[in-house]
Amino acid sequence: MPEGEDNLQGAHVELRDISKSFGGTRALEGVSLTIGRGSIHALVGENGAGKSTLGKIIAGAHAPDSGQLLLDGEPVRFHSPRDAIARGVILIAQELAIVPSLTVEQNVFLGVEPRQAGFQNRRELRRKYSELAASVGFELDGAANAGSLRTADQQKVEILRALSRNAQLIVMDEPTAALSRPDVEALHKVVRQLAKNGTTVVLVSHFLGEVLELADTVTILRDGRLVHTVPAAGQTEDSLMAAMLGRPVDATFPAKRLTAADAPVVLAVRDLVAPGVNGVSFELRAGEILGLAGLVGAGRTEVARAIYRANRVHSGSVVIGTGNAVSGTPRAAMRAGVAMIPESRKEQGLLLTRPVKENVSLSSLAAVSTAGVLRPGTERRTVREILARVDVRGGGYALPAAALSGGNQQKLLFGRSLLRDPRVLIADEPTRGVDVGAKRAIYELLTSLTASGLGVLLISSDVEEILGLAHRVLVMRGGRVTAELTGDGVTEAAVLGAAFGTEVPPTATEEERA
Amino acid sequence: MSQPQAATPAPEKPGDAGNNGASVPAIFRVPRAGLLGKAREGGIIYPFILLFVILAIWKGSTFYGKTNLLEILDQQSATLIIAAAGTMVLIAGGIDLSVGATYALCEVIATKMAIHGDPALAIIVGVLIGVGVGAINGVIVTFFRINSLIATLASSFVITGAAALITSGNLIIAYTALGFANFARTEFLDVTTAAWTMIGVVIILGVVLARTIAGRYMYAAGSNAEAARLAGVRVQWIKLVTFAISGGAAALGGIIDASRVLSASSSNGGTVLTFTVLAGIVVGGTSILGGEGAIWRTVIGVLFIALIGNGFTLLAWNPLYEQITLGVILLLAVGGDAWSRLRTT
Repeated sequence: MPEGEDNLQGAHVELRDISKSFGGTRALEGVSLTIGRGSIHALVGENGAGKSTLGKIIAGAHAPDSGQLLLDGEPVRFHSPRDAIARGVILIAQELAIVPSLTVEQNVFLGVEPRQAGFQNRRELRRKYSELAASVGFELDGAANAGSLRTADQQKVEILRALSRNAQLIVMDEPTAALSRPDVEALHKVVRQLAKNGTTVVLVSHFLGEVLELADTVTILRDGRLVHTVPAAGQTEDSLMAAMLGRPVDATFPAKRLTAADAPVVLAVRDLVAPGVNGVSFELRAGEILGLAGLVGAGRTEVARAIYRANRVHSGSVVIGTGNAVSGTPRAAMRAGVAMIPESRKEQGLLLTRPVKENVSLSSLAAVSTAGVLRPGTERRTVREILARVDVRGGGYALPAAALSGGNQQKLLFGRSLLRDPRVLIADEPTRGVDVGAKRAIYELLTSLTASGLGVLLISSDVEEILGLAHRVLVMRGGRVTAELTGDGVTEAAVLGAAFGTEVPPTATEEERA
Repeated sequence: MSQPQAATPAPEKPGDAGNNGASVPAIFRVPRAGLLGKAREGGIIYPFILLFVILAIWKGSTFYGKTNLLEILDQQSATLIIAAAGTMVLIAGGIDLSVGATYALCEVIATKMAIHGDPALAIIVGVLIGVGVGAINGVIVTFFRINSLIATLASSFVITGAAALITSGNLIIAYTALGFANFARTEFLDVTTAAWTMIGVVIILGVVLARTIAGRYMYAAGSNAEAARLAGVRVQWIKLVTFAISGGAAALGGIIDASRVLSASSSNGGTVLTFTVLAGIVVGGTSILGGEGAIWRTVIGVLFIALIGNGFTLLAWNPLYEQITLGVILLLAVGGDAWSRLRTT
C-alpha cells in the first residue's frame, strides 16, 4: 500500500511555501508538501510543531500569511471552512461539532436537510441516511440521539456528515485521542475504507503507532518547519520520534524505584461504592505507583473521583495515612492529604482565562496570605519555586493558562497539587494530549515524587505507560477490580486480557460497552 | 479582559513550540499584544480620557470645575456602590437583576423607620435587610441551582411587590427626619458623605476582590466552577456571598439616595437602575461570562456613562439621544471585546 501511491494517482493538494504566524509567533514557516489523491497522509510533530495549524490551513479554518495552496493543481484561497467544504475539503476537529439533542440523521444532514414546502421530510431523510451509511458500511442507528452516542460513534456522525457534502479530502485532527481501544480499531477501519473509496485523508495525530499503521505518507514537522515527508513504510516509532525531536530518544520510561515492602500504607480504600464503582478495595503504599488500567468506562476515573469526593459516595471508606478518613467534599479530601489531577485539564483542572500564578496557588492560598489577605511577594516566590520543581521555568506567570502548551498546563496542575504537600496523588490521564518531550518529563516527575514517600495512583489508557511506570497494576472492568498484577505478571497481554474480560486480547473490531 | 488569549483555547497553541521538557526552559511565548491588544488591556480608560478632554475643551470650567465634578460623583454614589458589588457577582459567574428592586425595598423601609425612630438604626436595618435579600437570592441560585438570571428576575418582582405593599404605592416624605439627611448630605472637605461612603465601599470591595483569598475564589468560581471545586474552592458559598454583598450594596445605594432627597418610593430604582449598573460594569470591561474583570474598570465604566449624561445636560442636547448613545456604546463595548478575542485566537 505505501509505495508511492501519490505518484500513481496524482496530487490532490499541494502546499507551496506556506507560512503562518499568530501574533508575533511563527506557527509555520515555508512548508511545502504534496498530498496524493486517495492517500492517507499523516502530519506528526510535537505540540506546537504546527501540525494542527497546517491541517486547518488545508481545510480553510486558517488562512496562510504567505504561500500557495493548490487543489487539483489549481491555486485556491479558502476564506472560511465553508469555502473549503464547497471544494470538497472538510475538517473534523478535535472537539466534535455534534448537536446532542438532534438525531444522528439530523446531525448528518444538518443544514442540508431534505425539505418539502419548508418542512423537514423525515422519510426522505431516513432514506438518504441509510443509503449513505450503507455506502461506507457504518452500522449506526439514524434515529438515535446523537448526544447519547459514544465518542467513536459521534466521530462516525461527523464522517458521514463530511461524506454527505461530497468530501474528497477529510482532515482529521487527533481523531482517536478520546477513544478506547476497540473504538480506535473501528475508526481505523473507517479511515482505511475511506481511502479505498478514493477519499484523501489527512491525519493529524500524536499516536505514532497509529500513524505507522494507517498512513501511506508521513510529514514530520518541528517548530513550524518541515523536517521531511517520507513513505510510512520505512519508518519506525523511534525514527519518527527522532525526527520530531531533532535528537535520538533515550529510553522512554525512567527506571522504576523499588518500594520498600514495609512502606507504610498511605491510602486504604475499603468496599467503595459510588456511581460507576461497585465495591472497590485496595491499598497504596508510600513511594508506590499503583496503575489503574481498564477500558474507558470501566470505572477508573469514577474510583478516583470517589476517593477525592468529587463524586458522591454511597458506602465504603477511604483512609489516608494513619487514620484521616476522607469524607464530604474535594476540599475535605484535599485537607486529608489527597491531591487529584483530573482527567480533563481544560474542563476540570485549569482556570484557562486566569494567570498561571493564580492557577498554581489556588489550592494553597492560605499559605500565602495573612488573615485572608494575599501577600503577593510570597505568592510569587512560592509559585516560582514549585514551578521550578515541576520543570516549568521562564517567568510569564501573569499570562493566562490557556497560553501554555498542553505539557506545561499539565505541569501547572502538578505544581498546584504538590504545593499542598499531599500523601497521595491521583493522576488521571496525566499525559493525554501532551507532546513526547513533556510526557517524558511527567514520567520523571512522577517517579521522583515517589522518592519523597508520595503514593501515586496512576490512571492511564496508554497501556505502555502503565507498564512502564507502575509497580503494581489493578485492572478494572464494570466498576470492579478484576485483576491485580504485580512483578513479572504485569504484561500487556495480562492487562488487556483482564480489561476485556478474556484470556487473550480480543480481536480489534469487538465493540463492547464496558 | 486583560488577556489577549482569554477566549476559547485552540487545541494547539502556536506559542509553545519545541518544549523538550528536561533541558529546555519552559516557553511562554505567546503572540505579543499588538495595538489592539494594548487597547483592550486599558479598555475603557482611553475613551474615558478622550471624552473628558473633549468636554473640558468644549465647556471649559463649567465641566471641569469642582462643582460639576463633585456633583457627578455625588449623584453616582449609589450606582457606583451597587456596580462595584455587581462586578463581584459577574466575576463569580452570576448576575443580579434584582438590585433595582432591593434598592427600592430597602430605601422605603429605612425611610419609614427614620421618620419614626433613630436614623442610624434605620440605616443599619435597611442594609441588613438588603444583605438578607441578597443571601436569599444566593441560596436560590446555589442550593436550588436555578440560573441566576431567572432567579433574580423572579425575585425582583417579589421584592418590588413587597416594597409597594409597604408604601401602599405612595411616596414617603421624610423632610422632618433631618438626622436622616445628614447621612448623605453632610459635607466633609467639600465632598458629600454620600460620595465618601461610596469611595470607602468601592475601595474595600476593590481590595477584597483584588487582594484577598475570597476575591481570588470569586475569579476562580467564575472562570471554571468545576475546576475551582476540585481545587478545594467552596464555589457555592462564594457565589452566595457575592449575592449577599450585592443585596447589601443595593440597600446602601437606595438609602443613600433616599437620604439625599429625603423621600422614598417603591417605584424608584427598578429596572432602569439595574440596567444602568449592568451597563457600567460591562462598558468597564468585566466579562459577562465570569472570571474576568475588576472593580476599577467598573468605576471608570459607570463614570463614563455619567459623563455622557453630564455632557448632554451641559450641551443642552435632547436627552432622548442620550439613551441611543448609551445603547450604541454598550454594543461597541461588548462587540469590540468579542471581536478582539476572535482576532487573537
